Amino acid sequence: MSEHKDLKSVNEKMRSLMARTTHGRDDFEDLVIVPLFAVVVALVFGALIMLATAVDIPTIGRSFVALAVGSVGSLSAWSETLTAAVPLVLAGLGLGLGFRAGLFNIGAEGQLLMGGLAAVIAGFSLDFLPMVIHLPLTLLIGAAVGAGYAAIAGILKATTGAHEVISTIMLNLISFELLNWLLRQPWIQREGRSDPISKSVPDSARLPQLLDWISPNFRLHAGVFVMLLAVAFIWWLLFRSKVGFAFRTSGENPSAANYAGMKASLVIVLAMATAGALAGLAGAAQITGVLGRASPGFSAGIGFDAIAVALLGRSHPVGILFAGILFGGLEAGGRQMQVDAGVSIDLIGIIQALIIVFIAAPLLVRAIFPWGFRRSSKKEDAA
Amino acid sequence: MDVELRGITKRFGSVVANDNVNLTIRAGEVLGLLGENGAGKSTMMNMLSGLYSPDEGQILVDGKPVEFDGPGDGIEAGIGMVHQHFMLVPVFTVAENVVLGVEPTGKMGYLDMKRARRQVEEINEKYGLHVPPDELIEELSVGIQQRVEILKVLFRSADVLILDEPTAVLTPQEVHEFFGIVNTLKEAGKAIVFITHKLHEILEISDRVSVLRQGRITGEGYPKDLTEADLAEMMVGRPVSFTTAKNTATPGRTMLELEGVSMLDETDDRVLDNVSITVRSGEVVGVAGVQGNGQTELVEAITGLERIASGKITFDGENISHASVRERHKMGMAHIPEDRHKSGMVDSFTIAENMVLNNYYAPEYSKGWAIDWQKVAETAARYCVDFDVRTPSVFLPGGSLSGGNQQKMVVARELERETKLVVASQPTRGVDVGSIEYIHERLIGSRDEGDGVLIVSSELDEVLGLSDRIYVMYDGRIVAEFDNTDGKADRNTVGLAMAGSFGEDAA
Ligand SMILES: Nc1ncnc2c1ncn2[C@@H]1O[C@H](COP(=O)(O)OP(=O)(O)OP(=O)(O)O)[C@@H](O)[C@H]1O
Ligand SMILES: [Mg+2]
Repeated sequence: MSEHKDLKSVNEKMRSLMARTTHGRDDFEDLVIVPLFAVVVALVFGALIMLATAVDIPTIGRSFVALAVGSVGSLSAWSETLTAAVPLVLAGLGLGLGFRAGLFNIGAEGQLLMGGLAAVIAGFSLDFLPMVIHLPLTLLIGAAVGAGYAAIAGILKATTGAHEVISTIMLNLISFELLNWLLRQPWIQREGRSDPISKSVPDSARLPQLLDWISPNFRLHAGVFVMLLAVAFIWWLLFRSKVGFAFRTSGENPSAANYAGMKASLVIVLAMATAGALAGLAGAAQITGVLGRASPGFSAGIGFDAIAVALLGRSHPVGILFAGILFGGLEAGGRQMQVDAGVSIDLIGIIQALIIVFIAAPLLVRAIFPWGFRRSSKKEDAA
Repeated sequence: MDVELRGITKRFGSVVANDNVNLTIRAGEVLGLLGENGAGKSTMMNMLSGLYSPDEGQILVDGKPVEFDGPGDGIEAGIGMVHQHFMLVPVFTVAENVVLGVEPTGKMGYLDMKRARRQVEEINEKYGLHVPPDELIEELSVGIQQRVEILKVLFRSADVLILDEPTAVLTPQEVHEFFGIVNTLKEAGKAIVFITHKLHEILEISDRVSVLRQGRITGEGYPKDLTEADLAEMMVGRPVSFTTAKNTATPGRTMLELEGVSMLDETDDRVLDNVSITVRSGEVVGVAGVQGNGQTELVEAITGLERIASGKITFDGENISHASVRERHKMGMAHIPEDRHKSGMVDSFTIAENMVLNNYYAPEYSKGWAIDWQKVAETAARYCVDFDVRTPSVFLPGGSLSGGNQQKMVVARELERETKLVVASQPTRGVDVGSIEYIHERLIGSRDEGDGVLIVSSELDEVLGLSDRIYVMYDGRIVAEFDNTDGKADRNTVGLAMAGSFGEDAA
């Protein structure tokens, strides 16, 4: 058959086959419109909840203004938003990568703690090193320890089939207790303190502040660059590299991955370790960029919020970047809201949770905003 | 109930899947639907079941126009569809699956399984389906599972049944029984649409036939006036040859050798029992057998998907008994998997990605640690042209291809590569006659280039037509071997061996 086709028409056909198709409207709806509407609906519901708890309407108005001002209304607001976004995006990237490989890793919180703790230790014990070595090494050690900690769950799954949801939850609990215990060890605990708090990380291992020349209150640090690099790297890893191809295949269709000769156990361990490295890096960045020392619960639930960030970002690196900035903004704005309007910051938690509910239920969002979507898409989705 | 499609058009992006189609489906009649891969058969039927809505045109049920707005609407209007990929819950019983979603409830709203069972039995009785209501789905053969799907739509009182390639997964015996059921349904006044790529089936069972080409109805007729050759020409637009022309094989060195290979399943049953076969370079070896007699496991053993319990496998002189899938692939083993959908492709990946699914790491597609996607796209486009995979772009998801085009994509990926051994399991499942011809040519082409070719197929005609030598499997063992040089093996003798009667060895 093919030998009868003349070369010219074959070439022409090949060229048209290789023409880039524009992204389908469905992709656009899935990646942009659904998350956008989810956020809007969640904010509206947040207002309704305030109403239901007898907050008067002017206060509600003031709180939303405060939310906007506190998150994006000034340079200092942006500084706070981005500072909060750094660890969320980093850990979220790891979780998103895990989701793509078919792993539901709940353990970012623990991996982040371990990474942060390792960064503290590397920070104060290697203080003889010059900054050009000390800082990158500290971050690297944080990432490596996070990777190792996550790999435990990966190895358990690969060898015994233990489900990663269970094992990472257990590893989280272990990391909390381990941290509390270690913080009381004399070689970590700050001299002269009886409460569990670590020695400080010297300046040579601190991520430089970016805006402190304007005001010392601006906490934004060089971790944003680490974050952007990580976004680019994970995008490359997932969509350009061979390893990423194996990750994605394993996540989408394990039996096809098996057929294609991809080793399931290797993919599981590698994907877990990569996710852990990013969570560990998030912890290290938080320590070296913001906190400067470790105290009990310094992870502050970032590892759990990052799950939401990864879901909202649809496990896509760029989506996670935007989702992380949004969550960072909610956090920064939420603090302002508490100050200006006296509304509890817990409301922000509720709004974040609502966003996730609506993201997880795209059909609900489509039902609320029917005009945002093409008519037929509902059916194709249900198919 | 009669159904009429009037001027139906359906587009997917730049693809016009159905183009101003007019079609009538009548009660008490079997309408055969034929057409090349990607002609638009499944799309048209999905509109009848309410899964898609037409861009233009009208659907009329008993003369009255209807609007379908969702997947449930078709069945509500009495139109039921049995998809090629079954939608059953494996751990539920037959009765539970049948009533799922429309459960009969008692006074207090509790699930009345007794009544459900009784209703299932009634339908069973009425149409001679012979489905055991209390068995779990996972315990049943594919043929019986299909009947459960039919039961499901009958339970929802469908008067029109659409069967999308129901026979593609059935053994010849099951097809025979299936036709019995279709005839009973027809006599009960149901309207039936039957999609298949097997022309003799159209001639055997349908009362009327419509042929679809590139989204348009290009031919209609009555099977009693038509031959297979007529049908093929109506479909493809040119005469099609049903026999593969090939020279006598010139077998060379031993390419693949299995010596006393056994395999156990999870319950330690012997699914392969002391199997010894050889495939030499430059010959096509066929494995015939009724499905479920160890052919799947044989392929898994050869390709490394499952561990063998004992025995030895040699590939081109090297012991590969414990080599990984990847190692065997690298050594030049191609594998067309039995179930493309389950393991041969990833629906959400682009056609380009699917074209290198198991070959993405090869040096020609590599840029260091990265994959050279430009190169991959070029290769994929070339494969699509060669194998006539119909799509506007290699960047569309593999899942958007029609069933037969998905199969061609998988076959192209495996046959275009430099190989030494081709293991082809059901290589032409769901593929139209024109493409079967081409795939067969390519398989013979691989042989003539010096590859060993092993074909496992439940189509005895396919095995007989392609193979130079034939093994017959029964109950996990090789029970007979036939020389088929110049097609000299006797169809009946092979058939008898497949049925388990192998008193005298014909080899
Ligand atoms: N969801 C979809 N998105 C994009 N294109 C589609 C979709 N479904 C079908 N198509 C395109 O519509 C055309 C018709 O496909 P359809 O599945 O109806 O073919 P078919 O006649 O059933 O073929 P086959 O015999 O191979 O099953 C094909 O070109 C296919 O690529
Ligand atoms: Mg089809």
